[in-house]
Amino acid sequence: MEHPILFINLLLEKLGVHVPADPHSVGDFLVQPHVTYAWLIIVLLVIVSAVVGRSIKMVPEGGQNFFEMVITGIEDFMIGITGEEGRFMFPLIASFGFFILCSNYLGVIPGFASPTANLNTTLACALIVVVMTHVLGIKFHGIKYVKHFMGPVWWLVPLILPIEIVSHLSRILSLSIRLFGNVFGEELVLGILFLLAGLYLAPVPMMFLGLFTGFIQAFIFCLLSMMYFAGAIEHAH
Amino acid sequence: MKKVGLFTVLLVIGLTCVAFAADGDAKSSAVQFYLYSAIAAGLAIGIAAQGCGIGQGMAVRGACEGIARNPEASGKVTVTMLIGLAMIESLSIYALVIALILIYANPISSAINTFVGLK
Repeated sequence: MEHPILFINLLLEKLGVHVPADPHSVGDFLVQPHVTYAWLIIVLLVIVSAVVGRSIKMVPEGGQNFFEMVITGIEDFMIGITGEEGRFMFPLIASFGFFILCSNYLGVIPGFASPTANLNTTLACALIVVVMTHVLGIKFHGIKYVKHFMGPVWWLVPLILPIEIVSHLSRILSLSIRLFGNVFGEELVLGILFLLAGLYLAPVPMMFLGLFTGFIQAFIFCLLSMMYFAGAIEHAH
Repeated sequence: MKKVGLFTVLLVIGLTCVAFAADGDAKSSAVQFYLYSAIAAGLAIGIAAQGCGIGQGMAVRGACEGIARNPEASGKVTVTMLIGLAMIESLSIYALVIALILIYANPISSAINTFVGLK
C-alpha cells in the first residue's frame, strides 16, 4: 500500500523535519499525521468558535444561528437520555462530537488524513469516556458505586461481578474499534478503488457513503457515551 | 445450501493437502502461515457480512412495519433504526479489524515483503 501524500507532511519536510514511517521515539510520534492533523482540527474548531462567538446578538443570524441550533439540539437530546443531573457533562460530549465529526470528514478531502483512522486517537477518546464513567459513578454515589457491579440479589455476586467488570472493559474495546474500523475501512476502500479505477471516478460513491457513516459514527459515539454516563448516574437496580 | 457447505469443505481440505505437500524449512512454513492467514481473513469478512446482512435486514423490516402501521412516528422509528444498524454493523467492523490485522500486521508480513522484494 502506497504512502499517501499529505499536506502537513510535505510542509514539515520543507521545514526540515523528517516524518518517519515507523516511529520509535516521542519526537517521532509528535510529527505523525494522526497527531498533526488532530492539532489542525483543534485549531480549526477554536478559530471557528472564536469568530462566531465574538459578536453575539440577541436575535441570532448566520453562524451564530447555525451553532445555536446544533448545540441546543445536542443538549436537549442529551438531557433526554441522562436526565437533568447530567447537564454538566455536556461540554465533553459536544467536544467529542465535533472533534470526531470533523476528523471523520477530514479524511475524505484529498491531501488530508483522519486522526480517527488511527487506533491511538480512538483509543484515547474511548479511555476518556470510560474513565469519566467511573469518576461520575464515584462522584454521585461514593463508595456505594460498587453496588452497580453487584446484581439484584446478594448470592449472585460471584457470577455478576466478573461479567460486569468484563463488560466495562469491553466498552473500551468496542468504542475504539467501532470508530477506528469504520473510518480506516472507509479510507482503505477509497484508496483501493482509486488504485483500481481512479480514472472513472469510482471512489466518488464511496465518498458519499463515507460522509454518511462519518456522521453516524460520531453520533453513535456520543450516544453511547451519554448512555454510559446515564448508567453511572442513575441508581442501581 | 448443502451443496455450498460441501463445496467449502472440499475446498478447505484440498488447500490443506496442497499445503502439506511442501516440506518444512523456515521460509516455506512462513509462506504457509501467511497462506492460512490470507484464507482466514477472507473467511472472516465473508461470514461476518452474512450475519450482519441478516441482522440489519431484520432491523429494517421492523422499522418498515412500524412506519407502515404508524406513519406519524416515522421520525423516531428512523432514528432508532439507524442506531440499531450502527450497533449491528460494528460487529462486522470487529471482523474487518481482525482481517486487517491478519493481512497487514502479520508477524510474518515483513519477512514475506523482503522475500517478494517490496521493501
